[in-house]
Amino acid sequence: MASLRDLKRRIKSISSTQKITKAMKAVAAAKMRRAQDNVLAARPFARRVRDVLGRVGSASVGMKHPLLAVREPQKVAYIIVTADRGLCGGFNANVIKMGVQETRKHPNADLITIGRKGKDFFHRRGYNIAQQYIGTGKADLGLTNEVARFVIDKYTAEEYDEVYLIYSQFINVIVQKPVVQKILPVEPPGGEADEKKVDYIFEPDAENIMDSLLPMYIQNSLFQALLENNAGFFSAQMTAMDNATKNASEMIDRLTLTMNQARQAAITTEISEIVSGAAALE
Amino acid sequence: MAEEKLQRLEVVTPQAKVYGQDIRFVVIPGTEGELGILPEHAPMVSALKTGLVRVQNEGNTLKIAVSGGFAEVRNSKVTVLANAAEREDGIDVERAKAAKERAEQRLATKDPDIDLDRAEAALKRALNRLRAKGY
Repeated sequence: MASLRDLKRRIKSISSTQKITKAMKAVAAAKMRRAQDNVLAARPFARRVRDVLGRVGSASVGMKHPLLAVREPQKVAYIIVTADRGLCGGFNANVIKMGVQETRKHPNADLITIGRKGKDFFHRRGYNIAQQYIGTGKADLGLTNEVARFVIDKYTAEEYDEVYLIYSQFINVIVQKPVVQKILPVEPPGGEADEKKVDYIFEPDAENIMDSLLPMYIQNSLFQALLENNAGFFSAQMTAMDNATKNASEMIDRLTLTMNQARQAAITTEISEIVSGAAALE
Repeated sequence: MAEEKLQRLEVVTPQAKVYGQDIRFVVIPGTEGELGILPEHAPMVSALKTGLVRVQNEGNTLKIAVSGGFAEVRNSKVTVLANAAEREDGIDVERAKAAKERAEQRLATKDPDIDLDRAEAALKRALNRLRAKGY
């Protein structure tokens, strides 16, 4: 049995770890609330852009736009969104796993990583990383603009034939689901079936509208992905830290019990030594 | 008196929904000129320039400064998808003034490192915000 002193030391170390996990949990919870508000606030816009694109897309079928051009996928790029930091359970690992599976279909694919964890993983394993971005903590439009411009340029230059986006969708605090979304060529989402084809007046004209609507859609998809990623990350971290705190309590309880038993055993031994010593004197 | 026809106006940006109400009349800043929209307007999609969306409802006018994006009109529903939008009651005049001065300085330095288009766009946005406040 471990000595009393060792046990005491371990309990102390675990309880200081517990203090850290508790603090991290509180921080993650606060940040999660904000990130969650941001996702929810951004969803209406994403939905409307998708709706409008769907309707405008079906109203201008047959239009040739460079971002709609479907080509034989020779060269494919994946944008993989992860968090910058860990301590969040399987959150990053799930996205990465999906990334590994997906890229197997196109072994010479280029990767564009957003978030440090994804970059580290794929870099170590020698994947082609075309671009890497870190600092996803606050989703900002500047970053998504940059990424969107990069893939759009590559796509129009016909260097990429397909671009996919892999990120964690925020379902709720407990569930985050990694998803793959094809962002280039843009496939206009189908409008609702019962909806009649709308004959739009375009101002200035359909091409001009598509010229800015399509990049906006791509950029917004990225922005949304980043927000979902953040909200998911903080939820996952909060859950992970909550579990860690609980585990620490459990360990402390067990060790305290062992320690008390050890102390009692020591006292018993001492008493019996004293008693037998006294008996020997008689 | 016949019931007054209304149309739904929604102004959304990537960050938030800025406005959503049934209104009577709205003017939106299209790239080809300002467009006044009444209920039952024909379906239309227009690109937007930096400018003011003016909402008229029950005798009041509300100005919303928007920059870039689109407006879709369909079934008496006007959806404005803007890159940025601020209601006049939410605009910080001091901040807008500071942004304007910053942009003007940028334009004045003629430093080759400065993205002139961006500075100009920033200046336009700042002026637009100030205009919404009546400056």
